[in-house]
Amino acid sequence: MPVVRCDVVVIGGGPAGLAAASAAAAHGSVAVVDLAARPGGQFYRRPADVPPTPLAARCAARGVTMLTGRRVFLVESGFTVHTDGEPVTADAVVIATGAHDRPVPFPGWDLPGVLTAGGAQALLKGSRVLPGRRIVVAGTGPFLLPVATGLASAGARVAGVFEANSPARFARHAGVVWRHPDKLAEAARHLAVLARHRVPVRNRHTVLAAHGTDGVTAVTVAKVDRDWRPVKGTEWRIDCDTVAVGCGFVPQIDLGTALGCATDLVAGTAVLRVDGRQATTVPGVFAAGEVTGIGGVRLSLVEGMIAGRAASGVDVPVRLERQRAGHRAFAAALADVYPVRKGWLGNLTGDTLLCRCEEVDHHTVRAAVTELGARDARAVKLLTRAGMGWCQGRMCGDAVACAVADLTGRAPDPTDMTRRMLAQPVRLGDLANDTLEDR
Amino acid sequence: MSEVIFDGRSLPVRPGQTVAAVLLAAGVRSWRTTRVAGRPRGLFCGIGACFDCLVTVNGTPSVRACLTEARPGDVIATRDGAGRAV
Repeated sequence: MPVVRCDVVVIGGGPAGLAAASAAAAHGSVAVVDLAARPGGQFYRRPADVPPTPLAARCAARGVTMLTGRRVFLVESGFTVHTDGEPVTADAVVIATGAHDRPVPFPGWDLPGVLTAGGAQALLKGSRVLPGRRIVVAGTGPFLLPVATGLASAGARVAGVFEANSPARFARHAGVVWRHPDKLAEAARHLAVLARHRVPVRNRHTVLAAHGTDGVTAVTVAKVDRDWRPVKGTEWRIDCDTVAVGCGFVPQIDLGTALGCATDLVAGTAVLRVDGRQATTVPGVFAAGEVTGIGGVRLSLVEGMIAGRAASGVDVPVRLERQRAGHRAFAAALADVYPVRKGWLGNLTGDTLLCRCEEVDHHTVRAAVTELGARDARAVKLLTRAGMGWCQGRMCGDAVACAVADLTGRAPDPTDMTRRMLAQPVRLGDLANDTLEDR
Repeated sequence: MSEVIFDGRSLPVRPGQTVAAVLLAAGVRSWRTTRVAGRPRGLFCGIGACFDCLVTVNGTPSVRACLTEARPGDVIATRDGAGRAV
């Protein structure tokens, strides 16, 4: 199979990856590899008949090779990026693989009609299709607002937005918030749209359970305390055909960890450790965007610009470093206001699935600790198969780590469930074709 | 008329729509059952991470409906349990 050779290969074609590619292309040859059919990632997702983001056009103008619709399953030291298409070799790698929604399990969360907030938005942004007619939006984080306004503006009846935390905590971060008036204006715009569509927005409320047999037909919501424990007597039922849920995001760091990159725990999630030049602990491997910590599109763009320069061996302007510091300060405030609290564990029933792929329920995970003596999530995985299915622990990893930590009294370690030698399922035929002819 | 065939039914498709979008637009919420308990599954993460939305497209099994763009004439089939190797 032919090989694509370049100076810098960027994995992930979202804001961080495109910014990195555009910056690096001023100094050498660059290729971007992405899973989707078109570049843009989640933020710049657009229907097929709408031109891609100008950033993608700039990459094209600078001669960046855009390899879309490719699954990257392994990055080999040196570097060779292995995909289900032709391999890519490069002297430096920028990992910009983004993040996916962090789902928090509740009874009925595996019913058809329950989907992630990001999934609901992707469906609407990419295909102009609504996931249902009567939709409840729930979880935590500022992302719930644009998801709800998008759905309501496209004609869905949004039966409520339920935020488990309280934005009142922003008062502790007044100094940081004051320096980002654009973010406040954005939130106000979303709330105004929701008010116009008569969508109730409730803080300190959550979905306790989804009901239905072949699909969701209703949810039970309730007021919760600051630890997300439901307040007795406040439960009520809402008829709906769809529930869009999200409790923040999980960075997709597996290509980096397989290369040996060190990680840090930030706000309970594992991120790739980077220095001021966005360099990971492995020489030649850089990381930008949500993989280094959840921070939104502006931070991703700045980190991408820095990583693209650094990967090309070029100095990074102080201006970019200053912008990055400002965006990171705001991201830290968001992480403090919108954490995942432990109370959700108390709402699980024994038969609530934690691992959707292997259908491992809460009772089985609990028994692995209390009866079989598992002391960490990795042992629970080996005993129960939780995290061994198609998604390789992407959906259940945090939940299993939290459930186990709650029983053992230790701090949860999400990296127990995120080590993946291969980051994507690979067909044997793809492996057979994946040989570098002139090595 | 642009259409795909889903388990023998004709469903409309617009250019660039994913298989998942075509099915949901037609009111189909699940297109797979699980291996152990036969639970119905459809779109969950929507961005290629969870593999819940696996479907058979033109005879190729285990395709992610959320990532795969539907093309007119595609034959899409539901899958029960573990599916088949070929």
